[in-house]
Amino acid sequence: MTLPADPRPGLWRQAFRARSLILGALLSLVFLAAALLSFLWTPYDVAALDIAAKLRPPGAAHWLGTDHFGRDVLSMIMVGARTSIAVAVVAVGIGVGLGVPLGLAAAARRGGWLDELIMRANDLVFAFPSLVIAILITAVFGPGAVNAILAIGIFNVPVFARLTRGAALSLWKRDFILAARVAGKGATRISAEHILPNLANLLIVQGTIQFSLGILAEAGLSYVGLGAQPPTPSWGRMLAESQTMISFAPWLALMPGMAIVLTVLGLNLMGDGLRDLLDPRLRRQR
Amino acid sequence: MFDRLKLAFAALAIGASGAAAADLTVAIQLEPPHLDPTSAAAGAIDSVLYSNVFEGLTRFASDGSIVPGLAKSWDISDDGLVYTFHLHDGVKFHDGTTMDAEDVKFSLDRARAEDSTNAQKALFAGIADVEVVDPLTVKVTLSAPNGSLPFNLAWGDAVIVAPESIENIKTNPVGTGAFRFVNWVQGDKIELAKNEDYWGTPARLDHVTFRFISDPTAAFAAVMAEDVDVFAGYPAPENLPQFEADPRFQVIIGNTEGETILAMNNRREPLNDVRVREAIAHAIDRQAIIDGAMFGLGTPIGAHFAPHNPAYVDLTALSAYDPEKSKALLAEAGVENLTLSLKLPPPSYARRGGEIIASQLRAVGIETRIENQEWAQWLENTFKGHDFDLTIVSHTEPMDFGIYANPDYYFGYDNPAYQELIKTLDLTTDPAKRTELMRQAQEIMAKDYVNGFLFELAVATVAKADIRGLWKDAPTQATDLTAVYWDE
Repeated sequence: MTLPADPRPGLWRQAFRARSLILGALLSLVFLAAALLSFLWTPYDVAALDIAAKLRPPGAAHWLGTDHFGRDVLSMIMVGARTSIAVAVVAVGIGVGLGVPLGLAAAARRGGWLDELIMRANDLVFAFPSLVIAILITAVFGPGAVNAILAIGIFNVPVFARLTRGAALSLWKRDFILAARVAGKGATRISAEHILPNLANLLIVQGTIQFSLGILAEAGLSYVGLGAQPPTPSWGRMLAESQTMISFAPWLALMPGMAIVLTVLGLNLMGDGLRDLLDPRLRRQR
Repeated sequence: MFDRLKLAFAALAIGASGAAAADLTVAIQLEPPHLDPTSAAAGAIDSVLYSNVFEGLTRFASDGSIVPGLAKSWDISDDGLVYTFHLHDGVKFHDGTTMDAEDVKFSLDRARAEDSTNAQKALFAGIADVEVVDPLTVKVTLSAPNGSLPFNLAWGDAVIVAPESIENIKTNPVGTGAFRFVNWVQGDKIELAKNEDYWGTPARLDHVTFRFISDPTAAFAAVMAEDVDVFAGYPAPENLPQFEADPRFQVIIGNTEGETILAMNNRREPLNDVRVREAIAHAIDRQAIIDGAMFGLGTPIGAHFAPHNPAYVDLTALSAYDPEKSKALLAEAGVENLTLSLKLPPPSYARRGGEIIASQLRAVGIETRIENQEWAQWLENTFKGHDFDLTIVSHTEPMDFGIYANPDYYFGYDNPAYQELIKTLDLTTDPAKRTELMRQAQEIMAKDYVNGFLFELAVATVAKADIRGLWKDAPTQATDLTAVYWDE
């Protein structure tokens, strides 16, 4: 990144980064709050159809309009946020839960057969475009939110495994690890007690990024009909269903589209901001 | 500049065959799996070939009436058992061979043979013998009088094919129609060209290209960009007002023979209980489905029978929308916490209608598990495999209430009284008596609540404003282009 010459570049940048962190966190919080609120209350029942009130443009009764079944778009976006966030959280959870231990193990046995096995398996998963494999998985096991979660989750595993291994490798060379080894701690204990805590910042940042990718992937899968099945609202399916109506009911595409864009933007801004805040080393490298 | 270049290319492509005004590009939703209408149920085959390439002894006219086809007339013996068909003289297949009584015998014998793969074998079941009297006369003897023989022989499954060309019919169909088959680029298009030696009124178009577009968004784009001249069976009713408002296009809305039903698997618990089926029927608000899924296109039906048929009885009151009655019936049947699978094929009447029905069923306490299926999957698992509780599909064959007499059919309705009635109907030739029997048939299936009878599908054709001669209604699966022309 090249910025114009400035007497105090670090300060400017920090201020800008902090601002993006705040903006990103705010955006993300709005959608999280909407998702949480939808458990308790939505303006209208998303399962109840009201054909007589179909295709109403945004207005006082329906802030974001109604769809072709007369469902309230705002309510659907709120419940859709729940679907997106739930899928992304679990998918990132799978990635962290499997990827981090694998990465730690590979780093601990660096150069050994276990390291090779884990990393080559990761390469294998990495070699396929994630969405294609996700489509394959849902096509084989049937469409649905659970399979979408699995499909997206599997692709988070190598991301976290690689990240963990790379960072852990450099840590293994550090003096305090040497001290721990001299003290007689085994590789597992060192990984858990010394390596992992030092990776936490990195993982949080990466988790935020993967979270936004997860939301995009969920939207993509449900757009092609392989995500959450009707009547569960999902942003991707709202987009898909709005396609033939764009010309006379543009809000049907605009609203879920904006929801996806703003959430992903918010999460990315937050991820960038967090990285700069938590990981000064990375910032220096840029 | 680019347009002029395109024009030049178009002129080159057309070459010697003449003006572009005699060419037509027609889009339909589904591509045929192969091109033999006499060995598959796929309606897409008839959508391309019926009347255009293949003809039968009789044929459907655009209003659904039966008119002479390759047979210019027929006599019926006094006992109603023998039909003598008189064939047109000078009819040639596209490969130059002559169409005569031998070809008729070959076609009918092939269709009704033991090992026949004809999808509508029942149409030919009553034929006892086909006899060649002379090259232009065929005698068809029935085992029992059957007044609907001319109707049966008008189906796409009963077209006349030649023994000389039967081997490659699936990729190179050779018929007698006003158009001959030219080329099939799989996944893209089928091309037909005018048959210069046609025995009847020649076609007014020189060259016809069929394209296959099932995605509603792509369909909209193709029509708007004028990539296609006609879209027969336009898939997205919500776009029709836009085309109507556009002076470039005309929108033709007609009847079909498509009874759209919520099929229930009568074999399965608890759907084998008529009270549960009745409860489902009363839970359904047909008008909401027509408005919500079809944007108002469609006529409510109360039985598996086309409303424009003179023998139709309006039985919608038997299954009127009444959620309270529905709940009471479920309670009476002792059914609680019912969850049913609902398999939905791709058309919007099914996908959208399914969501609406799911919501209506939820209102009376029945949960549904919606599963969207592609056609291949639906045919394999739902239609053939009977793995479903509920599904939505439109039966577009004309006068197909006979399927309720087949206990092995996918919805598994097994009522001996109904089967007996259909047998009687098949043996009845008196029109008044037939009408009475058809009314009874509708009442039996409506009172048995075999399926949820939703609505009669309407068909929308979107075409360029100056095209004339297209069919308005769809009495059978067909895109008859033999009378189509550009009005300029």
